[in-house]
Amino acid sequence: MRLAAIFLAASSLMGAGAAYAQVPVKIGVLNDQSGLYADLGGQGSVWAAKKAVEDFGAAAKGLKVEVIFADHQNKADVGTSVARQWYDVDGVDVIVDTPNSGVALAVSGVTKEKNKVFINSGAATSDLTGKACTPNTVHWTYDTWALANGTGKAIVKTGGDTWFFLTADYAFGHALERDTSEVVKANGGKVLGQVRVPLNNADFSSFLLQAQSSKAKIVGLANAGGDTINSIKQASEYGIVDGGQKLAGLLIFLTDVHSLGLKVAQGLNLTSAWYWDQTDANRKFADAFAAANGGRRPTMVQAGVYSGVTHYLKAVEALKSAKDGAAVVAEMKKIPTDDPLFGKGEVRADGRHIHPMFLFEVKKPSESKGPWDYYTLKATIPANEAFRPLADSDCPLVKKG
Amino acid sequence: MFELLGIPPQALFGQLLLGLINGAFYAMLSLGLAVIFGLLNVINFTHGAQYMMGAFGAWMLLNYAGVPFWGALVLSPLIVAIIGMVIERTLLKRLYHLDHLYGLLLTFGLALIFEGLFRRQYGSSGLPYNNPLPGGTNLGFMFLPNYRAFVVVASIVVCFATWYVIERTKLGSYLRAATERPDLVQAFGIDVPRMITLTYGFGVGLAALAGVLAAPAYQVSPTMGSNLIIVVFAVVVIGGMGSIMGAIVTGFGLGIVEGLTKVFYPEASSTVIFVIMAIVLMVKPAGLFGTAK
Repeated sequence: MRLAAIFLAASSLMGAGAAYAQVPVKIGVLNDQSGLYADLGGQGSVWAAKKAVEDFGAAAKGLKVEVIFADHQNKADVGTSVARQWYDVDGVDVIVDTPNSGVALAVSGVTKEKNKVFINSGAATSDLTGKACTPNTVHWTYDTWALANGTGKAIVKTGGDTWFFLTADYAFGHALERDTSEVVKANGGKVLGQVRVPLNNADFSSFLLQAQSSKAKIVGLANAGGDTINSIKQASEYGIVDGGQKLAGLLIFLTDVHSLGLKVAQGLNLTSAWYWDQTDANRKFADAFAAANGGRRPTMVQAGVYSGVTHYLKAVEALKSAKDGAAVVAEMKKIPTDDPLFGKGEVRADGRHIHPMFLFEVKKPSESKGPWDYYTLKATIPANEAFRPLADSDCPLVKKG
Repeated sequence: MFELLGIPPQALFGQLLLGLINGAFYAMLSLGLAVIFGLLNVINFTHGAQYMMGAFGAWMLLNYAGVPFWGALVLSPLIVAIIGMVIERTLLKRLYHLDHLYGLLLTFGLALIFEGLFRRQYGSSGLPYNNPLPGGTNLGFMFLPNYRAFVVVASIVVCFATWYVIERTKLGSYLRAATERPDLVQAFGIDVPRMITLTYGFGVGLAALAGVLAAPAYQVSPTMGSNLIIVVFAVVVIGGMGSIMGAIVTGFGLGIVEGLTKVFYPEASSTVIFVIMAIVLMVKPAGLFGTAK
């Protein structure tokens, strides 16, 4: 026993000796751990961050990485106070994930103030790389512009030219409604009206009835998570689709489809940055994820956390320090991105990670081979068309003149 | 085309009816709370979790045992009520002689535990439960799904049956007497502790029944109860703590008020009930139907 202890002490000393210049890195996964967005991020994102550290071989490359997490409860004040505590007291260098656009915008502000790094995967608002962009924030997986450009455009082009929006009444819903309306109008469609629904609403019947009487061909759901699930479910109850109107779920996650069941969700068009059953590398990641997360398959948000953390670690490895947040982000923008899940791409000057997006259709129950086999690929939106062009950006970092 | 102002009358009818449907859930939940508070003097914060358990009970019965909705409508509340009675016998009973606050803390803690357990097992985004009464009727001014119509009728029947039993029958008079003077009623040879246990079971069963009714309309998710329970407490406070009729009437009434807010100013629909609560508390602190003790 004592001998073992001596060996252990000796080996740890040797380890410390070999990596005498170990760079400490502390990653904080800040997301919804218990509410309506917990399944699409939550503990799965924490797992993805840890997996990225492991696959990167951080220890062998001289990085001493620690991953911690917290629940922001979808409240901007909780999110900012955790971020301040992490940056000021706990020595966190980077915050990742953070769904809920309201919380994300707040955390992005704190991150800039403290000169740390914020790699967002879960939030949607395109303002993170638009008017609220900072030299410390990278937006990884998707945004409202890309969703509108994918689903919105596809629907208008197939004849859905009049829209009514059910909008989640906070930063995210407003951004998604705004970006989609622009796409609809740019493609010759019309927006007939919208209704702003408080977040985490259970009963959508009143709003669905308003959508129904608007006579719009398309009912655009500018909401997410449990709100989208309940609106789709109740739309089928109120015969919205039987009445000739179509639903456009602008942001639908894999876990939402799982939760709705294919019987209700079939035929929905959706835009996603990543799907687990697309490539061998994705499937391998998904299998490992499922084994550790009770059989669930990862969402694009969780895959984005993996990919984002991987790229972040590359930048820190190159700089040999995680202390100067702006410098790390500048390095992330300098080196091209390349990882098994998102492939090759880049982080643009405004902090936007550029990669292809995909338009999927939800399978019919008869087409699905089992749980989590949900999507058929309809179209690939190439990387250079998937995100808002820099020319249209209102990000102060790239504004000319 | 729909206009915010000058809304056509038929659209108004539609929204009133929808408000009534939502009010049905508020009424059933607040009724259970009122019964428990009226007879046990316990503020049952587990109520939301028990509503959620009712919905999950229906889902489990269907998926693990193949019991259809109509069977679950009876079985699930029964099972949840039995769990409730066990809680009453083993935990709540020890707190009756203490301040309300202790019961509140215990039931609140239990609610968090139940929610956490279900979230751990089933995730937070919920589970699908198919509509047992698909289709609907076009009423001219709106499309009324058959299932929603059933919910309104069922809850009105349940609410008024409960009110009748408590206010108009001999059993109800025992219950009310036991609340006032448990010692005297005991002296007449009535088993008061058993009556209290059964009452708690009944209140919990009502919550679970509302849960089963909610399963096909909403998503069956671990947080469905905690989202609703705060509103329901506001309903009970507005109606007057412990008033049976107050709970029923304000439940339906506030459902309608909320429904109208969803048309005229949807952004405020999640707050309007609390605004009303604040006003009622200022004007009539005991609630609309309550009597100051």
